[in-house]
Amino acid sequence: MGSEVQGTQTFDKAKRAGLKFSEEAMTTVQTIISHYPDDKRKSALIPVLHIAQAEFGGWLSAETMDYVASIIKIQPIEVFEVASFYSMFHLHPVGKCVFEVCQTSSCWLMGGEDIVKYIGKKLNLKVGETTADGLFTLKVAECLGSCGTAPMLQCGASYHEKLTYEKIDKLIESYRAEGKQKNYTDLDYKNTL
Amino acid sequence: MGKKLLIHNDKVPGIQGLAVYRQHGGYASVEKALKTMTPDQVTDEVKKSGLRGRGGAGFPTGLKWSFLAKPEGVARYLVCNADESEPGTFKDRYLMEHIPHALIEGMITSSYALGAKVSYIYIRGEYFYVARILEVAIKEAYEAGWLGKNILGTDFSNDCYVHVGAGAYICGEETALLESLEGKRGNPRIKPPFPAVAGLWGCPTVVNNVETIAAVCPIVVNGGEEYAKIGIGKSTGTKLISASGHINKPGVYEIELGLPVEEFIYSEEYCGGIRNGKKLKAVVAGGSSVPILPAELILKTAKGEPRLMSYESLGDGGFISGTMLGSGGFIVMDEDTSIVKNLFTFARFYHHESCGQCSPCREGTGWMEKVIKKFINGTANESDVDLLWDIQSKIEGKTICPLGEAAAWPVAAAIRHFKQEFLDIARAKKFVDVSHYNRLNKVAV
Ligand SMILES: Cc1cc2nc3c(=O)[nH]c(=O)nc-3n(C[C@H](O)[C@H](O)[C@H](O)COP(=O)(O)O)c2cc1C
Ligand code: SF4
Ligand code: FES
Repeated sequence: MGSEVQGTQTFDKAKRAGLKFSEEAMTTVQTIISHYPDDKRKSALIPVLHIAQAEFGGWLSAETMDYVASIIKIQPIEVFEVASFYSMFHLHPVGKCVFEVCQTSSCWLMGGEDIVKYIGKKLNLKVGETTADGLFTLKVAECLGSCGTAPMLQCGASYHEKLTYEKIDKLIESYRAEGKQKNYTDLDYKNTL
Repeated sequence: MGKKLLIHNDKVPGIQGLAVYRQHGGYASVEKALKTMTPDQVTDEVKKSGLRGRGGAGFPTGLKWSFLAKPEGVARYLVCNADESEPGTFKDRYLMEHIPHALIEGMITSSYALGAKVSYIYIRGEYFYVARILEVAIKEAYEAGWLGKNILGTDFSNDCYVHVGAGAYICGEETALLESLEGKRGNPRIKPPFPAVAGLWGCPTVVNNVETIAAVCPIVVNGGEEYAKIGIGKSTGTKLISASGHINKPGVYEIELGLPVEEFIYSEEYCGGIRNGKKLKAVVAGGSSVPILPAELILKTAKGEPRLMSYESLGDGGFISGTMLGSGGFIVMDEDTSIVKNLFTFARFYHHESCGQCSPCREGTGWMEKVIKKFINGTANESDVDLLWDIQSKIEGKTICPLGEAAAWPVAAAIRHFKQEFLDIARAKKFVDVSHYNRLNKVAV
C-alpha cells in the first residue's frame, strides 16, 4: 500500500495546485502506460512528461512533476531526476514560442550564428531570455537532425529549415498573430520548408 | 545510377500510406519470412548478406542477432534506435518521414527472426512529428493484420510501439537508450552484460539502427547473397548518406558502398560539387565523432589510391591518415572554413551531452571546450595546442561508453591535420572567422 499512500499524498498536493489532465490527455496517457508491462509503468515517464509539459503551461513545475509521479505511481524524486536530465523539459517558465536555434557544425557552417544574432536583435533578447509579453524565448540547441536544410530552428513540433532573415520575420509575425503556446506534442506539424 | 533498396520509392505519391507502399511490393518480407522461413533461416540470410550495423559502429547484424540469449519463458525484445543525434546525421529521419512502413516492415520481419513478441522504436523527442507519422503507419499495419495477433494466420504475434525521448544525444548509446526506455536518466551501463543477455528490463534485447532494420526487408525478399553482391568486399549493400555543409545539393543519398568519394562529392547525381565554386577544404565523413580529413586525404588514401565510400577504404590509414564511415553523416567544408571554429561546435556539443558518470569524459569534454574557446577568443598560447592534445589523449579507453572517445577523436584529428591553424591563431592572438562572412545573405538570394 506504501506507494498508493504516496500517490494519494502527491495527488492531493497536485489538486491544491489545480492540476488535472484534460480527458483527452488522460486517454493518451493511459494508452502510453498500456504500452509497457504492468510492473514497468515507469517506462511511460518521459512520454507522459511531454504531455504534462504541453498541458500545464509549457514547463514542468514541482506540482506538475508531483502530479505525474502520482499518475505513474512512482516517487516524485524519480520524476525530477529524469526531468532535469533531458534538454526538452523546461524546469522554469518559458515563452509560448521557444525558438531553439541549432548551433552545431552544419548549421554553423551555413550561418546559424547569424540566426541567433538576428532573432536576438529583433526581439531584444539574449540567449535564454523571454520577451516581456511572454511570447518568445530564445534558446540555442545542438544538432536537431536537419543538417542538410541548415540553418534551422525548432519551435514546438515544427522544424523551420533553410532559414533566412525574411523567413524569420514572417515566422515571428505569424506566431505573434496566433499568440498560441507551441508544444512538441502539437499535431499541426507543418514542414515550413 | 547505383542500386537503391531503401529509398528508391521515396518520391512515389502516397508512399507514406500502407496501400501505396503495398502496391510497390511492401510487406513482402513479412509474407516470405512468416510463410516460408523459420526464424533461424531469416537470421542466416542476414548473416549471408554481410549487413553491418548502420548506427555507426558497423558491427555485423547477423552475428549480433545470433548472440541473443533465448532462455525459456523469458521475453525477448527488439528495440529500434531512432535517436539519431550524431551531428551531421539525418538519414533515419528521412527514411521514417518518407517511407515509415519500410521501418515497420523491417521491425516485424526482424522480430520474427529474433522471437520478439514486443518491439519498441525509441525516437528522439525532437522528432515528435516523425513519431506521429510512425504511429499512423503502425495503426494502419495493425488494421491490415501486419501487426497484432496471429499475423497472416501463423502463430506469430507481434506488437510494436513508438517511444519518444526528450533530448539527449547519449540516449543513442544503446545501454543509455535502454535506461531511458525504462524511464530513467540516460546513463550508459557498464558492459558486460551486453543487451543480448540483459537488455530492456533485464531481458535479452537486440538494439538496431533504423536503417539496419529497414535493410532487412530487401535482404529477406531477394536473399542475403543478392544483397552481398552489392558493395565492395566486407562493405556490402547500400548505405544512406546524409550530406550537409558547403555543397550544392545537400540531402540524403542512397549509395552503393564502394562509390568513390570524389564522385560522391562532385557528381551531379549526388552532392553536385562545392557551393559558389569554392575549393574543398575538409570533410567529416561519418558524423561528428569521426576524424576530420583534409581534402587530399578524403579524396585519396595516403597510398594515393582513390578513397571509396566503404568501411575499409575510409578506415584505410587508421586515424593517422584515415577516418570512419560511422553513421554516414557527411559534412563538407569549403576553403574558407575555420577548422578551429568547427571543432569548437563539436567540443561544445560533447561537453553538453556528456552524461557525467565518468571523470575523464565529464571533465575532459569541459576542458576541451574551454581550451578551444581560448582560440576563438584569441587568448590562446601556442602551448595550448599541446595542452589540448594532452587532454584528448587522456580520455580514450578510460570511460564507460564510447562518448568519451567520440569527443576526443575530432580534437585529435583537427590538431593532427590542421595544427598550423591553431598555431596561427595563437601567434596572432586574434581569431578571424573568414568562414563566417555573410553566409546567410547568400542563402537568402
Ligand atoms: C554516444 C553514442 C551515440 C550513439 N548514437 C546512436 C544513434 O543516434 N543512433 C544509432 O543507431 N546508434 C547510435 N549509437 C550506436 C549504438 O550504441 C548501437 O551501436 C547501435 O544502435 C546498434 O545498431 P546497429 O548495429 O544497427 O548499428 C551511438 C553510440 C554512442 C556511443
Ligand atoms: S563516457 Fe561520458 S557519456 Fe559515456 S558514460 Fe562516461 S561520462 Fe557518460
Ligand atoms: S547541425 Fe543543425 S541540425 Fe544538424
